[in-house]
Amino acid sequence: MKRIDAIYHVKGEAEYVDDLPLPAEILYAAVFASPVAHGKIISLDIKDALALEGIVTVFTTEDIPESSQWGTIIADCPLLAKDEVQYIGQPIAVVVGHTRAIAQKATKLIRLEVEELPIIVDPRDAFSRGQIIGTPRTFVLGDVDSAWEECDLIVEGNCKIGGQEHLYLETQRSRVIPLEGNNLRIYSATQNPTLTQKTIAQMLGLPCHAVEVDVKRLGGGFGGKEEQATHWAALAALAAWHLRKPVELVLSRSEDLTMTGKRHPYSSDFKIGVTNEGKIIAYEVKHYQNAGAYADLSTAVLERTLFHSTNAYFIPNTRIFGVSCRTNLPPNTAMRGFGGPQAMFVIESAIAKVAETLGIPREEIQQKNLLRPGNRFPYGQEIQTDSLRRTWLEAEQTYNLTAIRDRINHYNASHFETKKGYAVMPICFGISFTATFLNQASALVHVYPDGSVSVTTGGVEMGQGLSTKIAAIAAKAFGIRLQRIKIESTNTTRIANMSASAASVTTDLNGNATIRAIVQILDRLIALAAKELGVKDGENIAIAKEKIVYAGKETDLTWEHLAKAANLARINLSAHAFYATPGLGFDRDREKGHPFAYHVCGTAIVEITLDCLRGTYEIDAVKIVHDLGRSVNELVDRGQVEGGLAQGLGWMTIEDLQFNEKGELKSNNLANYKIPDIYFMPDIIDIKFLENDGNSPAPYGSKAVGEPPFMYGIGVFFAIRQAMKAFKPEMEFAFTSPLTPERVLCELYTDQLKEIA
Amino acid sequence: MTDQIHFILNDRTVCTSQPTGVTVLDYLRLSEKLTGTKEGCKEGGCGACTVLLGELQGEKLVYKTFLSCLLPLGELSGKHLVTIEGLNREQLSPIQQALVDYGATQCGFCTPGIVMSLTGYLLASEKDIDRAEVKTALNNNLCRCTGYGAIKRAGSKLVQSLGNGEVHNLETWIDRGIVPEYFRYIPDRLQQLPQSILESENDKVSPKFVIAGGTDLYVQQGDILAESTVRLLNRSPQMKGISTDGDRLHIGALTTFAEFANHSAMIELIPYIQTYIQRIASHTIRQRATVGGNIITASPIGDISVMLLALNADLVLQAGDDIRNVPLREFFQGYKKTAKKSGEILTEIIIAIPPSATKFNSEKVSKRQYLDCAAVNSALSVAAPSANAIRCEGDTIREISISMGGVAPIPLFLKQTSNYLIGKRVNQEAIAGALPLLQGEISPIADIHGSASYKRLLARQLLIAHFTKLFPEFICLQDFYATN
Repeated sequence: MKRIDAIYHVKGEAEYVDDLPLPAEILYAAVFASPVAHGKIISLDIKDALALEGIVTVFTTEDIPESSQWGTIIADCPLLAKDEVQYIGQPIAVVVGHTRAIAQKATKLIRLEVEELPIIVDPRDAFSRGQIIGTPRTFVLGDVDSAWEECDLIVEGNCKIGGQEHLYLETQRSRVIPLEGNNLRIYSATQNPTLTQKTIAQMLGLPCHAVEVDVKRLGGGFGGKEEQATHWAALAALAAWHLRKPVELVLSRSEDLTMTGKRHPYSSDFKIGVTNEGKIIAYEVKHYQNAGAYADLSTAVLERTLFHSTNAYFIPNTRIFGVSCRTNLPPNTAMRGFGGPQAMFVIESAIAKVAETLGIPREEIQQKNLLRPGNRFPYGQEIQTDSLRRTWLEAEQTYNLTAIRDRINHYNASHFETKKGYAVMPICFGISFTATFLNQASALVHVYPDGSVSVTTGGVEMGQGLSTKIAAIAAKAFGIRLQRIKIESTNTTRIANMSASAASVTTDLNGNATIRAIVQILDRLIALAAKELGVKDGENIAIAKEKIVYAGKETDLTWEHLAKAANLARINLSAHAFYATPGLGFDRDREKGHPFAYHVCGTAIVEITLDCLRGTYEIDAVKIVHDLGRSVNELVDRGQVEGGLAQGLGWMTIEDLQFNEKGELKSNNLANYKIPDIYFMPDIIDIKFLENDGNSPAPYGSKAVGEPPFMYGIGVFFAIRQAMKAFKPEMEFAFTSPLTPERVLCELYTDQLKEIA
Repeated sequence: MTDQIHFILNDRTVCTSQPTGVTVLDYLRLSEKLTGTKEGCKEGGCGACTVLLGELQGEKLVYKTFLSCLLPLGELSGKHLVTIEGLNREQLSPIQQALVDYGATQCGFCTPGIVMSLTGYLLASEKDIDRAEVKTALNNNLCRCTGYGAIKRAGSKLVQSLGNGEVHNLETWIDRGIVPEYFRYIPDRLQQLPQSILESENDKVSPKFVIAGGTDLYVQQGDILAESTVRLLNRSPQMKGISTDGDRLHIGALTTFAEFANHSAMIELIPYIQTYIQRIASHTIRQRATVGGNIITASPIGDISVMLLALNADLVLQAGDDIRNVPLREFFQGYKKTAKKSGEILTEIIIAIPPSATKFNSEKVSKRQYLDCAAVNSALSVAAPSANAIRCEGDTIREISISMGGVAPIPLFLKQTSNYLIGKRVNQEAIAGALPLLQGEISPIADIHGSASYKRLLARQLLIAHFTKLFPEFICLQDFYATN
C-alpha cells in the first residue's frame, strides 16, 4: 500500500505552515538572540531596530503578561531572557515587521550590553561544580562490588559521544491568527500540540480552550519539534496577541542551527568484568549528560539512557549511574533514540575493549551475552520476546557472517593501504513513554451519510507515515476501502490532552484509540444491520469489502446504504475513544518496575572499507534482520528502518557538531554540518523482516519502528575501528564519536603527528 | 528607470520589475505564491528549492537544474523557468509516479526538489539514461528521512522503464509524459519575448556587485544582493567557453565547472577530470559556478584554483581597454586578497599545454566525500586538496609543480617542495626528504574543517598519495613503514 500523502508530496501541494494562503495584514517576527553564552544583561537598546522602515514593534520579556518561563518537566526556560543569558542563541527579543527580511534585518540593529560571565561547556566540569539538573539516578542489579572478584578480566575505559543536529529539512515555524475575543489559532510545526497550547495559554493568562493548535504535517521532526517547537509558536503568539494581527515566525537555517538544542553529547566511564570465555559478569557505567542550559527533556532522556545501558545483553551485576549536567549550550532535547543510542554506544565500547584485550571477535562476546526470554533488565522488567536471538541467528545465517569474516580477514591480509572492517550490532529498545502517564491517546471518528470517514487522532504526521498507517487501520477496522478514509489535521480542539508524537509509539497509541472509536460506531451499525436483515445474532454480522456479511455470507446490504440508513434512523455516526497502554508502571524510588509495553529487537551487520593513507572510509553494506511484528505497512516501515539507519550512520561518522570555547556553534550552516547524502549511503542495504507472529499490544500485531533502527548505525563505529586495528594492531584507539576522517587519521598516525608538531 | 525582466514562468509569460538581485526562490514564494519550491537552507546545500531553467541555444531549447536560492532574478530574462507546479498535470509524471510507488517520500519537504532534479536529468539526457547518473543528478538533494534507499529504487525503476536505448530530445520526453504538452510551444514563445531591460546594464550605473555564477556570493551576502544593483556577467556573450590556440588553452572566466570538466581539451589534458569533478560541489552547482569565480573568490581551498596552480595558469585581467596578464601563482596575495585592481575583471585563464608525458593527479579529503560544501569554495577546505604536474624520464623527476589548498591563507603553490623534488628519483627517500620542506612552507590554521595538526598530517599523506597513485610501480605506502 502506498502512502496516502505521497501524491501531495510529489506535486509540491503538501501544505506546511507557511505554504497556507497568506491572511491579510500578516506580519513577520524574527528573534534577537544572545551573542554570548553566559552573562548579565545590562541594557537592551532597540531604538535603531524600531526606527527601521517596515518595523512594527519589538517585544521583550516585559511584554509577557503571565508565565514567562516554560518547560514540560521543569518550567525553567525563559521565553525571553530577562536579567541573564545562559547560551548563545537564547531569545531576548522579538522583532515584528512587514516582511521576514526586514524583521531579520532589524534584529541586527539591536544593541545588547552584557557583562560576560564564565562559561561551562563540558558536562564533567559542570558536575564537579554542582551544576546539575534534577537528581542523579542509579539503577542496580545484583551486586557489582562483590562480582568483580568472580571476573577473569576487568577492563575500564571512557567514551566521549558527540551530539547531533536534527536537521529536519523544514526549519521551526509557526503562524498565529488572532480570533474573536481573546482566542488564538496556532498553525505550528510541532510534534506536541498540547504543550504548545498549554505554554501559550499560560504565557498569556488564557484558559487552554482559548488556544487552538492545528498541525497538518511537519517537514521532519526527529524529536527536534517535540519540546522545542513550542518556543517559536509562543513568541509568534505573543506578538499576534498584542498586535491583534496574524504573525508568522520562520527560523532561517542558521538561526535554527544556532538557537535550538540537539541530541545530547555524553561523557561516560565504564568498567566491565568477564570470564575468560567472554561471559559478562559485571558492568558499571557512569553517564555525564551534557544537558545544555535549561532542563528541556534532559532528565527524561537520561532516564532512557539508564534503561538501555545494557542494550541487548543480560548482565547479572550492574550499576548504572547517570546525571544531567547544566552547561552554557543550547538546551539539548529529544532526538530519535532519546538517550538510548548513547547508552548502547558505551556498552558496545566496553565489549569492544574486552574483545580486543582477549583477542577474540567482538561478536562472540556479544552473542554469548544476548538476552534470553525471562532475563531481567536492571530496571526490573523481564524481557518476554525471543526475537532478539532469532534476529541474531537469522542475520548470521542469511548474510553468512562466517563468510563475511573470512572475506574481510583475507582482504586485510593481502592489502596494506586499505583495510576492511565489519561489526555486528544487535539492538533491544523498550517501547512506551518512560513517563507512564504519557501513554494515552484519543481518536475522533466521523462517518458521513455518503460513507466517507473522517479520522482525527492526537498523533502528528511528520513523515513517519502515521496518517498512512491510521488510514490503513481504520479501513481494516471498518472493512471498507482506504479511499473512504481521510486523516484530518491534528487539532487541540478536536482532540484534547494529547501526548507528544514521540517515543515511537504514536501509531501504537493513536491506532488503538482509532480502533476503539470505530468499534463503537460499528456496534451501532451492526445493530442496525441486524434489524434490516431481520436477525437477532448481531455477533454474526461483520463488514468486509464494503459489504455486510452475515454468518460468513455476503448480503445485499452495503456500507454506503448502512451509513445513509443510520443517519435517517438517528443513529450516532461519530465516536470519540481513548486508549491507555495497560500494565505499565515504574517506581522511581526503587528504580524498578515495568516501564515498557514490549521491546523491539533486531541485528545488523555493517561493513566498511578504510583508506589508511587518507583516513577516509566508505560504508560498503548494511545487512539487517529486524522485528516488525506484523507490519501495517511494509513500505512505510522499510522507509523508517532505512531512514533511521542513515541518521545513525551519520551520527557516528560525519555529523560533527563543533562548539568553540566560547560556546559558539561553528557548524552553523549546511556547508559546515554534513549529513548523509545519496553517495554516503551504501548501495547494499539488505533488510529482512523477522517472520514473527508474536503478539504485541499495538494495532493488529504491528510494532513500533521509528527509533530502534537508528541504533544499527552504531555498528559503523566498530567496523571502522576494526579496520583501524587491522592497520595498526598494536595501537589503542579512543571511544570518541563522531569518528570523522580527521579523528581516524590522527589516531592512526600519532607518531607522525608528534613529529610534525 | 526600473528593471523589466521578461520570461516564461511555467506556462505563463511574465514581466517583473523586481530588482535583478532578488533570488528566484524569494520571488517564487513571496511574489508568485508558488510554494511548491521549498526553502531548506538558502545556501545551496539542500536542493529543496531546485528549479529548471530552459534556454534557447540556437533552435534548441536546453534545460538545466538550478538552485533557486542562489539564482538572481535577472538570470531569468528570456528564459523558461519551471517549478514543480509547472510539471503537474492531472496524471502524475512517470517520475512522480515512481516516487509514489516506491515510498520515496516521507515528510515530503525535499520531494519537489527531487522531482525537479530527476526531471532536469532526463531533459538533459540525449543518450541512454543510467543508474549512476541518476545518483549524480540527485547529489544536491538532501533527504533527512528516507536514507535514499527508496529514492534509489524509484530511480532504478525509471532507468528500467525509460532507458531503452532510444535517443531522446524534448519532443520524446513530452511524448513520454515527463513534462507537459505546453513545453512544445516554449521555443516559439521564448523567441517572441520582448527584450528585458536591466538597470544595472545601463552604462551610467556602476553596480555594487558583479556576479558570475553567484554560488558563493549569494551564500555570503544573499540579503544584501537582493537590494543592491548587481551586474550579471552571464548576460553578455563574452568570456565563455574554452578554445585552443596552438599549445595554449584559453578558458573564458565564465566557463562553468561543468563545461570545464566536460571539454575535450580538458579531458585530454587531465584524463581523470570527469571523475574528479564529481568531488567538487554538486551537479547543480557545477552548472552555475564559474572557473573565474573560483579564482576571484580566492578561497584558500578553491578546488579549481588549486588545479590551475599546478598547471601554472596565467590570468588575463581587463579594465576598459587595459589588459594585463598575471601568473596565477602571483595572483593570491593573502587571505581573500588578490592582485586584481578595483575595476578590473578577470576575463580569461590561459594554460600552456604541457608535453604529453606529463601526469597529473588530484587529491581531496573532506568529511563527507561529496559536496562537502554548500558553496563551491568552502566545500573543499577540510583536507588539503592538491594537484600536481610532474614530468618524468624513467623514474627521475624532470619538472614538478605541486599545489595545495587549506594549508595557507591562499591556495598555495609548493615552490620549495617542488624544487627539491626536481632531479630526484621517485622513491621513498626522495619523498621523505621533501616532507620537512613541505611542512616548512605550509602554515595551516584550525577551522571548522580540521585542526592545524590534522591539516599538516594530511599535507604529508597527500604528498605520499600523489606518488603511490601515479607510480605504484616505484612506491607504495608500505615503503614508509619500513623506515618510519
